[in-house]
Amino acid sequence: MTVTVYVPRDASALSLGAGDVADAISKEAAVRGVELRLVRNGSRGAYWLEPLVEVVTPKGRVAYGPVTPADVPGLFAADFLNGGQHPLALGLTDQIAWFASQQRLTFARVGIIDPTSVAEYVANDGYQGLRRALAMTQQEIVQAVLDSGLRGRGGAAFPTGIKWKTVLEQPAGQKYITCNADEGDSGTFSDRMLMEGDPLALIEGMTIAGVAVGATQGYIYLRAEYPHAYRALNLAIEAAYQARYLGSDVMGSGKRFDLEVRLGAGAYVCGEETSMLESLEGKRGEIRVRPPLPAIKGLFGQPTIVNNVMTLGTVPLILHKGAEFYKNYGMGKSRGTLPLQLAGNIKRGGLVERAFGVTLRELLYDYGGGSATGRPIRAVQVGGPLGAYIPASQFDVAIDYEALAGIGALLGHGGIVVFDDTVDMARMARYAMEFCAVESCGKCTPCRIGSTRGVEVIDRILGGVESERNVRQLEELCETMLQGSLCGLGGMTPFPVTSALKHFREDFRARTRH
Amino acid sequence: MTPTLSATHSDTVRRIVADLKGRPGPLLEVLHAVQASLGYVPEGAVPLVAQGLNISRAEVHGVVTFYHYFRRTPPGKHVVSLCRAESCQALGADQLAEHAKRKLGVDFHATTADGEFSLEPIYCLGNCACSPAAMVDGRLYGRLTPESFDAMLVKEQGLKKS
Repeated sequence: MTVTVYVPRDASALSLGAGDVADAISKEAAVRGVELRLVRNGSRGAYWLEPLVEVVTPKGRVAYGPVTPADVPGLFAADFLNGGQHPLALGLTDQIAWFASQQRLTFARVGIIDPTSVAEYVANDGYQGLRRALAMTQQEIVQAVLDSGLRGRGGAAFPTGIKWKTVLEQPAGQKYITCNADEGDSGTFSDRMLMEGDPLALIEGMTIAGVAVGATQGYIYLRAEYPHAYRALNLAIEAAYQARYLGSDVMGSGKRFDLEVRLGAGAYVCGEETSMLESLEGKRGEIRVRPPLPAIKGLFGQPTIVNNVMTLGTVPLILHKGAEFYKNYGMGKSRGTLPLQLAGNIKRGGLVERAFGVTLRELLYDYGGGSATGRPIRAVQVGGPLGAYIPASQFDVAIDYEALAGIGALLGHGGIVVFDDTVDMARMARYAMEFCAVESCGKCTPCRIGSTRGVEVIDRILGGVESERNVRQLEELCETMLQGSLCGLGGMTPFPVTSALKHFREDFRARTRH
Repeated sequence: MTPTLSATHSDTVRRIVADLKGRPGPLLEVLHAVQASLGYVPEGAVPLVAQGLNISRAEVHGVVTFYHYFRRTPPGKHVVSLCRAESCQALGADQLAEHAKRKLGVDFHATTADGEFSLEPIYCLGNCACSPAAMVDGRLYGRLTPESFDAMLVKEQGLKKS
C-alpha cells in the first residue's frame, strides 16, 4: 500500500526549508524504490516544529520534526513510513499537547488537507455550510450569523451579522462581497495560514455571504507581500469553478457568484476598509469619510460587505453546525474562538486557536514556553502596530474584547508580539510614530503631521532636551491624534505610545549617544 | 520632459493596458503587470497608461507614488526585502539590517554597484513566528542570523528568479 506523507507548502514552513525536505523525501524514496504519496499541506501552526513531516499510519498521523534534508535518510532507515522510532519522532500529531488542548474551529482543516483538493475539502465537512445556506432564506442566513455572535476578526470587532443585514436591506442591484486580506499587522499570520492551508473555507464563506445578501461578485484584496497565498487562492478558485462551486450556477442552485483576487501594493493603510475599497477601485488608498458606510455605498458606490479572512472563513462552520454551536464557545460578548498568533521573541511560536477567555499568561507560557532567548518577558504588544504594550503585571488578562479594553489595550487581529527584558520601550514608541509617518495616507492632518512631530518629540526626550515638557507634549499630541484622525492608523498609533509611556516610563530618559 | 520608453517597452505597456482596460478599476492591475514585465514602472510608462485608461497623468502618477510596492527605478537582479516590523525587531531585526547594509554596501532603497541586489525595507511578511524574516524574489526566509543572511545571498545568486 502506498504511504501518504505530508510536508507543508506553507510560506513559513518553506522559509525554514520545507521545500528542500520535500525534495529530499522524494529523492530518497526513488533511490530506495519506495512508493509514496507526497501531499503538500498547510501548516498545523506549530512553527517551532516546522518543517513538520507527517506520515499516515493505521493509528493516525505520526509527526516528525523539525526535519532537515540531512535527517531524511535516517528517517527512512528508521522506517518512518510505518511510524518508526527516531529522535525527531513526536508521536501521533493529534496527541501533541500543544495541539490537543486547542479548540480548532476556523482552523479545523488547516494543515490537515491538501488545500488544492475540492474533494478533500468536501470530505472534511467542506461546503456543508453553503449547502445549508442554499436551503434557507436570505433573512435566515443573516439571522444565523447574527445569532452566532460572530464579530469582525480584522480588529474592529463589529458584529458581522449587522453588516450583512444592512447590505441585505439595500435595494436589489449590484452588490459586492469583499474580503480584506491585507493582513499587515506585525505578529499576525492567521489569514495567510488559512489562505494557504484551507483557501476553500474562505471561498465558501464569501459565497455564502453572496447568497445571503444577493451579491454576485466577490473580491479578495490580498497584500502583495503574500505571493504564496496568491498562488494558493488562485488554484483553489480555479478548482471551485471547475467543480461548479463558483460561477453561474453555484451547487446547481441557479445562483451566480464570481470571485477573483486583487493584489494590494504595500500600503498598510489599505487594511482600513474604506481605503481598501479605494485601492480595489485602482486608486490611491486614501481613507473615505464615513458616512456613508460601505454597506450602503461601498465598492464602485454599491452596497458592499467588507469582512476579514478569519470572519468569512468562520462563516461556513456557523452555517453548518448552527449559530448555537459556535456561540457556546467564548465569554461575555466575545463569542466563539479566536485564532491567536504567538510571535516575536517566543520559544514556541505559532497559531493557537482557543475560545475567548484564555488568558494571556496561558498563551505566553503554557503554549509559548516563555521567550526564545530564555530571558524574562518584559512586554507584549497585542493587536498589531496599533495595539497597546502590555506589561508583565497584566498578563492575567483574559483574551476578550471587553477585558482588554478594560486595561486600555485591544485585541485587534489576535497577534501577540513578545519582547524580552532587553527591549527599549522608548525606541518601540518612536517606531510606532515612525511607522505611522511612513504609512499615513496623508488625508488627515493629525496622522500625517502628528506622526512626524511624534518622532521628533521622542527624539528630544531621548536627547535630554526638556524631558518633562516634551513628555507632556507627547501626551497632548497623542490625544490630538486619537481624537482628530479620520481612521485607526492615526487614531490608534497613540495606543502603543501612551502604553509604553504609562508602563515603561523609566525607558523615556536621555541617552548618551555612541 | 518625460523620458520616452524604448519601442519594445512601449509595446509591452500598450499591450498590458489593452488587455486589462476592460476590467473594473484596472489601474493597480495594470501597474502590477507593468512592474512584473519590466521590473519597475518607468516614468515613460505613465503617459501611456493614462492615455490607455483615459485618465490623467496626475492620477497615474499619484497611484504609482502612493504604493510602496511600485518601483520607479530598475531593481537589481535580486530584490532583498528585509522585515523591519515589531516581531522581527523583537529578535534583532535592527542589528540584522545593519549587517545587511554593511554586507551589501548600500542603504535601504538602493542597489549594489554590481547591480546584483536591491535592499528594501518591508513591514511584515507574515513570518512572525520565525523572526527575523526576509524575502528575496518571492522566496521567504526565517530565523535569519548574519551568517544565514550571507548564505541566503549566495543561494539566491545561484537561483533563477521565481
